[in-house]
Formats: sequence, C-alpha cells, structure tokens
Amino acid sequence: MSDDVKKMIIDYVKKEYLEEDSGVDVNENTKLISSGIVDSFSMVSLKMFLEKKFQVKIPDDKATPEAFDSVNNIINLLKDFTKS
Amino acid sequence: MSNIGSYEERYKTFKWKQSEEQLEYGKNGMYNIGYYCSDCICEKGNGKKLGLIWEGFTGEVKKFTYDDIRVHSNTIAKFLQDNGIGMGDRVCLFMDKVPELYIGFIGILKMGGIAQPLFSAFGEEALFTRLDDAQTKAIMVQKKHLPKVRRIKNKLPNLTKIIVIDADNTQPQVNEIHFCMEKTQRVDKFDIMKVGPEVPSVLHYTSGTTGKPKGAQHVHSSIIAQYITSKWVLDLRSDDIYWCTADPGWVTGTSYGIIGAWANGVTQVVLDAGFGTEKWYAFIQKYKVTMWYSAPTVIRLLMKEGLEVVKKYDLSSLRHLASVGEPLNAEAVIWSEKAFGKPFYDTYWQTETGAMVITNYPGMKIKPGSMGKPFPGIIATVLNTKTHEPITTPGVVGLIALKPGWPSMMRTYWNNKVTYDGKFKNGWYICGDRASIDNEGYFWFVGRDDDVINTAGHLVGPFEIESALLEHKAVAESAAVGKPDPVNMEVVKAFIALKPGFEQSDDMELDIMNFIRKKLSPLAMPQEIEFVPSLPKTRSGKIMRRLLRAKEWGEEIGDTSTLEND
Repeated sequence: MSDDVKKMIIDYVKKEYLEEDSGVDVNENTKLISSGIVDSFSMVSLKMFLEKKFQVKIPDDKATPEAFDSVNNIINLLKDFTKS
Repeated sequence: MSNIGSYEERYKTFKWKQSEEQLEYGKNGMYNIGYYCSDCICEKGNGKKLGLIWEGFTGEVKKFTYDDIRVHSNTIAKFLQDNGIGMGDRVCLFMDKVPELYIGFIGILKMGGIAQPLFSAFGEEALFTRLDDAQTKAIMVQKKHLPKVRRIKNKLPNLTKIIVIDADNTQPQVNEIHFCMEKTQRVDKFDIMKVGPEVPSVLHYTSGTTGKPKGAQHVHSSIIAQYITSKWVLDLRSDDIYWCTADPGWVTGTSYGIIGAWANGVTQVVLDAGFGTEKWYAFIQKYKVTMWYSAPTVIRLLMKEGLEVVKKYDLSSLRHLASVGEPLNAEAVIWSEKAFGKPFYDTYWQTETGAMVITNYPGMKIKPGSMGKPFPGIIATVLNTKTHEPITTPGVVGLIALKPGWPSMMRTYWNNKVTYDGKFKNGWYICGDRASIDNEGYFWFVGRDDDVINTAGHLVGPFEIESALLEHKAVAESAAVGKPDPVNMEVVKAFIALKPGFEQSDDMELDIMNFIRKKLSPLAMPQEIEFVPSLPKTRSGKIMRRLLRAKEWGEEIGDTSTLEND
C-alpha cells in the first residue's frame, strides 16, 4: 500500500487518539495497543474508520490486539482484505 | 495446605480482631496504611526484598525493594507537604500503571492526604466531574495526560498543584510543578502521619444509574480486610510472585494491586502495556508468576486464542488463580483447568465494599459459575425485592445484601450522604446486584438490579453517557443501555434520535463514538449506535431505558402501562 495510506492512518491515530501536545509521536512502527495509545475498547472505532475508509469488512476474529498494534500491522491486515 | 485452611471452621470462629493481630495493626498508635505497606515490611527485615518489578510496553524494567518503596514514598510525602498539601486534602493520581502511581499512592497516605486515583483513559469531562466533586487540591499526572488537565484547570479553583511526574525541560504553566521521583533528593526519614483508623484514606469514584459518579470514601482501617482477604482468598505467601492485572484507577488496583499485596510483603509484578495473549503468557513465564489475579474479560480473550498458544509457554509457576469484575462463567472456569491445570477462583465485591465479600476459597469445592460463599466476618444474604426481608428458600432470586460493619466498607459517598443512606434497607447494605443462594450456601449471580452497565468489569453510568451525548451537536435525545457481549459481558449501546437537519450515516456514528470516547472514556464509548426517530417515554416524559435494554437482552419487556405511545 502506498505511503499515502500509511500517512492517512497515522494522521487519524494522532488526531483521534492522542492529545495535541502530549509529546507522543507516532510512526508506522509505533506500538498502538501495547503502549495504550489505542485500548481494546477504542479498537472498535479504529476498525470502523478503516472499514469505512477502505471499503472492507474486517472479521472480528481478525481484529486482534496484535493485528492493530502498529500502523504497519494494520496495513498488512488491510492487504488481506483488499486483494482482488 | 492453603492459608485459610478449612473455610467452614474459619467462618465459624473468625473475628476481624484476628486480622488486626496478624497485621499488628495499631502498634505504637500507628494506623496509617502507608506504614503497613512499606516501613512495617522493612522493620520486619524485608527491606531488601523486591516489592515491585515493573515492565513498560517497550520492555524497560524497573525494580524496587521494599526499602526503595519506603524511601520513595517518603520523598513523595515530603514533597507534597512542602507544597502545602495537608491532612485530608484530596490528591489525584492520573497516570498509566507506572511506578509513581503505586508508590505515590503510599506517599499520599503517609502524609495524611486522601488518595484519589482516576483511570488515565478518562476524558476531560469525566476527569472534571470527579475532580470538581472531590474539590481535589493536587493532581499527580504524566506529561502525556497533562493536556486534559490543562483544558479544565481553570474551572477547578481548588486544584492549585499540578505535579508533572515526567516533565521535560519545558516551562511549567501556572500551578504546575515538575517532580521526578527517582531524581529528587531521597528522604530516608519521614514522620508518617499518625492518623486514626477511621480517617479517610482513599476516594474511588463509581457510577450509578442516575446522577453524577459517586465518590466511595474509604478509611485507613480498610487494610484489616484487604490484608486478610489477600492472605486467605488470593492465598498470598511470602515467596509469591504476584500479578494483579487491574489498573489502580479502579478499586481492585488499589485494594489488591497495592494495599493487599504490600501489606502481605509479597513481590508483585506490573506490566504497563495493553492486552496481548502471547505477551501476557510471556510475562508470566519470564517472571515465574505464582499468583495471578485477573478478570473474566481477560480469561474470555485468552479462551478465544485457544489452548495451542498456551502450550508455547512454560506457565508451570502458576500456583493459584483468581478473578474479579463480573461473574465468571462456568465455561471459563472449566477452560482454565484445561489450560493451566487449575481453575480461576471467582471473587465478588465492589468499590463500596473495599474488599472481597463473597468468594471462592482454595480448598473449598468450586461450583463453576458460582460466586462462592461469604468471607469469614461477612454476613451476607439475599433480600426480597419488595419487603427487604431475607429469603430463606434456596434458589429464589433476591437482592444481595450485607450486614454493615466490616472494616473496608465505605464510610460515605463524598458530598452525597443522601445517596449513601439510600443504600441501606432494614439494617442491610444493598449491593445493587441480584443473586440466589443454593442449598449448600453458594451464591449465584443473576444480574444488576439497576441500569448500570458492567463492561469488562467496570461500571458505567448510563446517565453520564446520555448527558454527554446531548452535548453533541446532532443529538436530540438518547438512551444508553448495556447489550450482551461475549467478551466484556456488556458493552454500551446508544439509541439516538437526531436533531432536524442531521442525517444518520457511518460518518455520524463514528463521530459520535469518538466524541464520547474523548469526553468520557473508551469504556463509555458506545460500541454500537442505533438511530431511531424517537425514544420510548413514559407519559411524564421519562425515557424508558428498561424497554430498550430488555430488547437487547431478549427479555420480556414487562409492564408498559406508563408508556407514552402504546
């Protein structure tokens, strides 16, 4: 997936899950779930965002904490569902 | 042989005085919890023993002996005193599960303050409500959570000290102070405040059906119950490596993640990282955890991952397992026996009770799915919902009720004595849950007796969610209810009628979800929103939440005679 996709997800995580001046930075490898930036309850809203944005349906059993633990992991997950 | 030995024998003979004697509570006129969790352990010759092994999500590890805990908590206590914090002042702890949270809690108690831990994922409105109600004077906060405090501090005139525990070189704003526990001059000797046993110690906020969250106020003598329940139910022993997975922003994290653990002088481990099946198994393996106190939600998540992954790790160190937060279903108990070779022991209690009250015990037969039996010293029953008289017939459902007087019972709700008084009927404290008792004296949980939503073991008040929803520009009216969830028992579902000019869409749903998550907390965020033209109301205009909840649970709707449009 393109760098644009990566940037879009990073921007969304920063906007929705981080305080503007919290001093926490996010890149494609930043731990999202392990670090507590996104908790298990908030994963639902992140999943919904991804499904809407990429017009996919991520099954609940694939939406694991590990699969959502970094932007790179999320992109790998999305690849499975956007393959034609 | 377990610490408790024969439950039946203990139940017949136990007096709370025995716990006081074991703890040597009150020696030299000392009743302060802070002393019994640090200095007292050192005086018994265990100063060099590890009290806390902490691991962050990056893998960073910090270790603290009981002497470190003693000195660091002294340092925090003196720092607070030097900054004008005094006896009875409320000091909020607003941080992730970092060492400063655990040791700061002890420091606050040592100087006579009232510790007010709050879940760090709370949004600014949830934070404001609780700080405003408690008239909190100081807050200890991590830099990452500071922006939330900054946005509300001008509305909190009592909040005069904002203590940033991990500040960088940036300039502090008004009322902000930078403090680094490990770099500040260590205070070896500190005169621990000689509080009486009935002096307030901890303020934990909990949600109800109506009104704002209520602050359950506990006192120092709560340690009498927290100490002995840790010893007999968690079966803590001096050589244990103990892992309580609860966040001290909630009562389990303080009663058993700090007080019970350290009063018993065990080594506890803390993982400051989100949930991950393999990560958690690896953590148990790495530190050879012997006693694990966790939650049904966690167990159900582990169950989802199956038994194969369990076999990848050496979990043979585990000696005893217990669970709290919501009823532990029989399947989880049975699965645990398959996965770990031992069951999880369910424990029942609540913020207001301060310590376990109805539980399962090592050595006592477990009936999978049962809450167990009352702790020695606790008189428990179920009451008829109308007469509030004890039900004597086995299997009949009633309200769980306890005879007041155990040491860790809350003494009041902060600023809300009317609601506190309303918790008592016919001389019983009403827990707000329904259960039955079988012919062998085992309690069986049925459900809440009100509209409070129990999600992953945390109580969320529908009123607080509905009030916040109404602040969203598109929401005309709303109702929040719990809907069944296979992992979290319940999750929040919101029914929303939109204002004219707004249309339902996926974008709107996501916007409202994120609005609540940021304003209140991820726990309060509706996991599902159903847009409706209008909500069912009584003829007097009150939203009939009960109807919506019954629909979600597939239950009988019941009496609808007061429904507006029937």
